[in-house]
Amino acid sequence: MASRILGSGIKRREDPRLVTGQAKYTDDIVLPGMVYMSVVRSPYGHARIKRIDTKKAAAMPGVLGVYTGQQLKEAGFGPIPCAWVVPGSDTKTPPYPPVAIDIVRYTGNAVAFVVAHGRSQARDAADAVDVSYEPLPVVVDGFKATQPKAPQLHDGVPNNVCFHWHVTGGDVDAAFKSAEVIVKDHIINQRLIPNAMEPRGAVAQYLGATGEITLWSTTQNPHIARFLISLDTGIPEQKIRVIAPEVGGGFGSKIPHYPEDSMAIFASKILNRPVKWTESRSENYRATIHGRDHIQDVELAAMKDGTIVGLRAKVWANLGAYLSTASTGIPTILHGLMLSGVYKIPNIHEDVYGVFTNTTPVDAYRGAGRPEATFMVERMIDLLAHELKMDPVAVRRKNMIPPFTDGYQVATGLTYDTGNYEGALAKALEMAGYEKLRKQQAEMRAKGQYLGIGLCTYAEICGLGPSQVAGAVGFGGGLWESAIVRFHPSGKVNVMVGISPHGQGEETTFAQIVASELGVGVDDVEITHGDTEKTPMGWGTYGSRGTAVGSGALMGALKKIKDKAKTLTAHLLEASVDDIDYADGKFFVKGSPGKSKSIQDVALMANVAWNMPAGLEPGLEASSFFDPPNFVYPFGAHIAVVKVDAETGEISLERYIAVDDCGKVINPMIVAGQIHGGIAQGLGQALWEGAVYDDDGQLLSGSMMDYAVPKAAFFPKFELAMTETLTKVNPLGVKGIGETGTIASTPALYNAVADALAPLGVKTINMPLTPERVWRAIREARS
Amino acid sequence: MFAAEFAYHRPKTVAEAVKLLRKIKGSRLLAGGHSLIPAMKLRMASPEALIDISRIADLRGIKATKDGLEIGAMTTHAAIAASKAVRKHCPVLAETAGIIGDLQVRNRGTIGGSAAHADPGADYPTILLLLDAQFTAVNGKERQIAAEKFFVDLFTTSLKKGELLSSVTIPSMSSGASAVYLKHRHPASSFAVVGVAALVQLKKGKCADVRIAIGGVTATPVRARAAEKLMSGQAPTPENIARAADAVREALEDPLGDPYASGEFRVHLASVMTKRALTGLTG
Repeated sequence: MASRILGSGIKRREDPRLVTGQAKYTDDIVLPGMVYMSVVRSPYGHARIKRIDTKKAAAMPGVLGVYTGQQLKEAGFGPIPCAWVVPGSDTKTPPYPPVAIDIVRYTGNAVAFVVAHGRSQARDAADAVDVSYEPLPVVVDGFKATQPKAPQLHDGVPNNVCFHWHVTGGDVDAAFKSAEVIVKDHIINQRLIPNAMEPRGAVAQYLGATGEITLWSTTQNPHIARFLISLDTGIPEQKIRVIAPEVGGGFGSKIPHYPEDSMAIFASKILNRPVKWTESRSENYRATIHGRDHIQDVELAAMKDGTIVGLRAKVWANLGAYLSTASTGIPTILHGLMLSGVYKIPNIHEDVYGVFTNTTPVDAYRGAGRPEATFMVERMIDLLAHELKMDPVAVRRKNMIPPFTDGYQVATGLTYDTGNYEGALAKALEMAGYEKLRKQQAEMRAKGQYLGIGLCTYAEICGLGPSQVAGAVGFGGGLWESAIVRFHPSGKVNVMVGISPHGQGEETTFAQIVASELGVGVDDVEITHGDTEKTPMGWGTYGSRGTAVGSGALMGALKKIKDKAKTLTAHLLEASVDDIDYADGKFFVKGSPGKSKSIQDVALMANVAWNMPAGLEPGLEASSFFDPPNFVYPFGAHIAVVKVDAETGEISLERYIAVDDCGKVINPMIVAGQIHGGIAQGLGQALWEGAVYDDDGQLLSGSMMDYAVPKAAFFPKFELAMTETLTKVNPLGVKGIGETGTIASTPALYNAVADALAPLGVKTINMPLTPERVWRAIREARS
Repeated sequence: MFAAEFAYHRPKTVAEAVKLLRKIKGSRLLAGGHSLIPAMKLRMASPEALIDISRIADLRGIKATKDGLEIGAMTTHAAIAASKAVRKHCPVLAETAGIIGDLQVRNRGTIGGSAAHADPGADYPTILLLLDAQFTAVNGKERQIAAEKFFVDLFTTSLKKGELLSSVTIPSMSSGASAVYLKHRHPASSFAVVGVAALVQLKKGKCADVRIAIGGVTATPVRARAAEKLMSGQAPTPENIARAADAVREALEDPLGDPYASGEFRVHLASVMTKRALTGLTG
């Protein structure tokens, strides 16, 4: 049984409640006396607040209070903290007041908030708050903001440069001098809107009598939320309980601690009532973090035989108007350190400028930094292949890091755990029928038709991560995980974990692990997460760490259970502990499998404690903390096949092949689901998605009528396969799989389009690759 | 989000609806609600009252007469797409209805609501213009409006204040005529960035009746008269089709643009799609 349950694609136990509407989200929380909050937001990208007149709003039906940033400040609610300040980067952290006091810096910036008995009363009153603004000059572009005479956002941040960080490995200038060929590109990884299916929300309940606050929150990391809330609200951490009920997706956008948390807590405190806030979709587009927004100037140096000698880049990372929770770590640690990709690039240098602009704050969005790194590397490889008239597969193979099982150090200083990049590439090429595709492409080109084949071979850093490294790179927290395993007298099991899944399916995979390790039925295990009062401390679910780190803690606890069970079995069977073996849910005396106790027998005996050996505590419960010795580095090879209609610029995705390696696969169906979703989002970036601001800071792509989130019907059936290269970083050998799709698919698709249009001389088109952009690029190349 | 407060009426008859519409200042008719309700939720529209006509039985249904099809204004896109009568007498209308928005939109949205809303990206206006549809407006008495006179500007029709659009009549297609609607769909909204409707009747290898209507590009859908003229009486050779496709541009003054597709690109698409439509119909 053990071998069967681990690696089995059993159905997700989360789904019945989700698809029948019985799941309870933050907005489903209803408490006696609960009232509703609505936020007044700036219509300006940049403006001085001259006056806030709340009189009319305050007098409207049902209104309990209208509040401003000044009141919040006077009540001791401090600025929203930035939890990641990268050392050695002169990072400036201007204050991020939860509600603007003097100046608004992006459209959507909160300026006041209203609480009323009814939802629509709150909304009507918010509309009636009269704010006078004096518009200020606006800058929305991450590069333009650094130029002379650009509008300035914050005092003490000249040229809007929040930080300058760099990564250096080897001697990149010497490499460029020795190079026989240099290719260059100007790449824009456009701004994206995360679009979790459930917008954000909060229900804050303050109990004046005890001073305790409970916050139901759409968070990916309730324990971090509690920690940060204690810092900026002044409420002691032990008095704060954060509950993440069902959370409808996050993609990184629900990592940060947001201003609305502070507002709802403040209002609940002042009114002594539960206060609910639920974001609308239009609000979500402006008030919830955005992702990417990276401008890259890149050069790749190589020899004529295709050997890469160096990579040099300069990057402007648009951080938005304020520093969101993890914002500065993304374009630095999670991006710059991954510039070697799966290749031996001996010399690397990148300068990264983090820049403030009059836009919604930018933070982690699925992939967070790694898509920007992978796109850069994979695009440059293809440009090099094109320049040298080599097959892009040949250039990749020429530079690829050979298979390794004991760590491989790249020039940026990271040590990848395990990898077999050639293996994944070979499998993907075979699935695609690469040689045949190239023949077909040649035939079609002869007929004036444009077929393109695009590759991406990637590795990414995830499973964040060793806490010591977290500290060294300026992350304001730890990155370990914890688990408690509790056996009941009946042999059933409750597991409490510090991670906080919101779509990743760990309730199922963790139950599979418990079942596999201790021989209980998978349905005998309940997994509890997402409540700081019910679960042990953990750092949450993001950075593809839920299983990669969380399972390490679970395995540690299960080992303790197993050890205790052996001791008790030995005592009950009057044998020596050393003679007790375990297999398939049974603890038995070596050589006499008939003399045995099931885990259920042990659980009962431990819980009743009638006959415990001396020194052994009653109960069968264990907790464990796991801090991984390294990150994990999943990898793979993706291939996109597209046809481009040169007359209309329309791209049709014919095939998509993905070979991914996330180490040990616990549930292949869940892994495939993660890959599917990731690919869809990554292709969304390549083809359709893009947040667009006008020069006044208005978000033009302000709704789902304009911002194209891909639909299932946009895609062919993805062709997936997995290879399994175990890691030694955690007990099960698992690597993260949540973000590989967005990391790999954007460059694969882009390279396919560029490959299709290569005969026309088209090299660079900005994403998203809309028909018009493709058409214009073709027209320009032809003229 | 929440709409501002409004009153809600659900009359049972057309007469009652017209009476309410006349009586209540700032009232709007509610059909399928797929344009008006989102606008109200965004507070881009805040009518005093909604007069819900979606359940008036007289406004629903499809009748095939000897002259053509008479379709009640509150007939849903899904009903038109599935109608045997429409599929028999005017297949292109059923095909067009079947690609509007998505399934949910098609189950709620109505032909009258879409036409009266006159969104430049809507599919019906273009196809109705192509088919020389007649619109029946009611306000006490009935009035007929030809498609070409019906669509006046962005979100503006020639319906007068207090008038209710009760039905759309589509003349029978002449024998041997075939028609097609090609759509470049906006990836977010599913509206037509460009919609090209074309009808060709071939007689002895020559184009007898040729009609081309373009939607999505300009404030209202337009007939490409110059292009139609070029094809009329001519054989559908690639050269003639190319010439006609090029002439489509003449009809497209002041094209609309957005971050997805500029006016220039929409005009280009209209031309290419016309070429493909004519080629498909005559090939």
